[in-house]
Amino acid sequence: MKKEKYTKGNKYGMVIDLDKCIGCGICTIACASENNVSVLYDESDKTRNITWLQIYMVTNGKEFPETEVVYIPRPCMQCDNPPCVPVCPATATRKDPNTRIVSQIYTRCIGCRYCMAACPYHARYFNWFDPLFPEGMDRYLSPEVSPRMRGVVEKCTFCHHRLMRAKAKAYAEGRRDLKEDEYIPACVQACPTKAITFGDLNKPKHKVSKLIKSPYAFRLLERLNTEPKVYYMSTKNWVRRMADNYLEGEFK
Amino acid sequence: MDADSKKFSRPKIDGWIFFLVGLIAALIVGWIVFPLVLYSEKSQPLSFSHSSHGPESDAGLECEECHFFYKDGTFSGIPGIRKCMDCHEDPESPLSEDPEEVKLFTDYVGPEKEIPWLIYSRQPDCVYFPHIAHVKMANIECKVCHGDFATRKTPPIYKVNRLTRYSIDIWGRNIAGYKKNTWDKMKMDDCADCHKRKGKENNNACFVCHK
Repeated sequence: MKKEKYTKGNKYGMVIDLDKCIGCGICTIACASENNVSVLYDESDKTRNITWLQIYMVTNGKEFPETEVVYIPRPCMQCDNPPCVPVCPATATRKDPNTRIVSQIYTRCIGCRYCMAACPYHARYFNWFDPLFPEGMDRYLSPEVSPRMRGVVEKCTFCHHRLMRAKAKAYAEGRRDLKEDEYIPACVQACPTKAITFGDLNKPKHKVSKLIKSPYAFRLLERLNTEPKVYYMSTKNWVRRMADNYLEGEFK
Repeated sequence: MDADSKKFSRPKIDGWIFFLVGLIAALIVGWIVFPLVLYSEKSQPLSFSHSSHGPESDAGLECEECHFFYKDGTFSGIPGIRKCMDCHEDPESPLSEDPEEVKLFTDYVGPEKEIPWLIYSRQPDCVYFPHIAHVKMANIECKVCHGDFATRKTPPIYKVNRLTRYSIDIWGRNIAGYKKNTWDKMKMDDCADCHKRKGKENNNACFVCHK
């Protein structure tokens, strides 16, 4: 496959500081309500429920005094080399050349779930049922996000509609460029400890571009060469080691 | 060939006639009857006259007075009843002798009820269309997509597809998809064609117009 080269445009990315994350789960709630994620009859069915942003809990596996727990929020990694895109037979998912956000068009998706098999981060979810919203909740649906139907795959879009909203506002003010804090996803806005930073990785002045140069910055499963645009930061060595899923004795 | 088989062979001309009649009937059903059956017709709740409100009329309103942009860049679209009431405020002193204005007063202004307009350009839910990017940034006139509404005396009949529930203005009045004017159709291909013509091919990425 010919590798596409994008030199221009934006490269939106996220840095999540795991030392600041307390695992409260507010980001997941903000995400679900912002993006009209539906509710199951039995939401405890974790093989069927939909969480665009999932929080994983990892521990270092040691006995009591040395036990450490870290929470890893996992949105879609918006890979720069996304494994889900080339496998889609319907071209329902694509890396946007302007923003490098991996798009998902629900009306185009045929529900084959190849992309779910391809995604190493389990960031994609399948709608096993028609969307269900408890009575009264449908009044809180956002008109900016299209609800999904049964039989299609959905995933985090970095709250793409917020980018559209910010762009419309910029146009109204006669600008074409966005300021750094004008477009941020709902999870970033909701985080009470400000563990998540969002910005344009192509702009060296943005906070994210500085943060990813930190020696503590890493990405999940980096050696798969998917080039995720979601970075994590942790000062704990065992977390960084775990993030790449090294085999026992492989890490030096 | 022996005599027996000749006796039973059918004259060829009959078969061709049946085939032609069937073909023509099928073509008529497919190209004329089906499009007629497919769309049901509705008329707008009020026969609004753009020409008697527009810049060249007595009212002398500019387009932007009713179809304006909010400060955050969103488009107001069709104005609400409050906007109408800015001018049509008092039933005792109507602005014209038009029976449609009487209807406006009795049915909508009096009880302050929104007029249930039928929207010709209503797109599917998955479509995001920013008016500001096209009207302000690209300087495209309203009529390029909507047709020349500003000079119309009566609104056109609203035809809705019985299967998809979308207006005929989305698919286009011609069932074959052939269009003469830029405003004849409002499908994804028409958006993409225009982007391509204007050298904005990057805007044909999925996440520019989909949400």
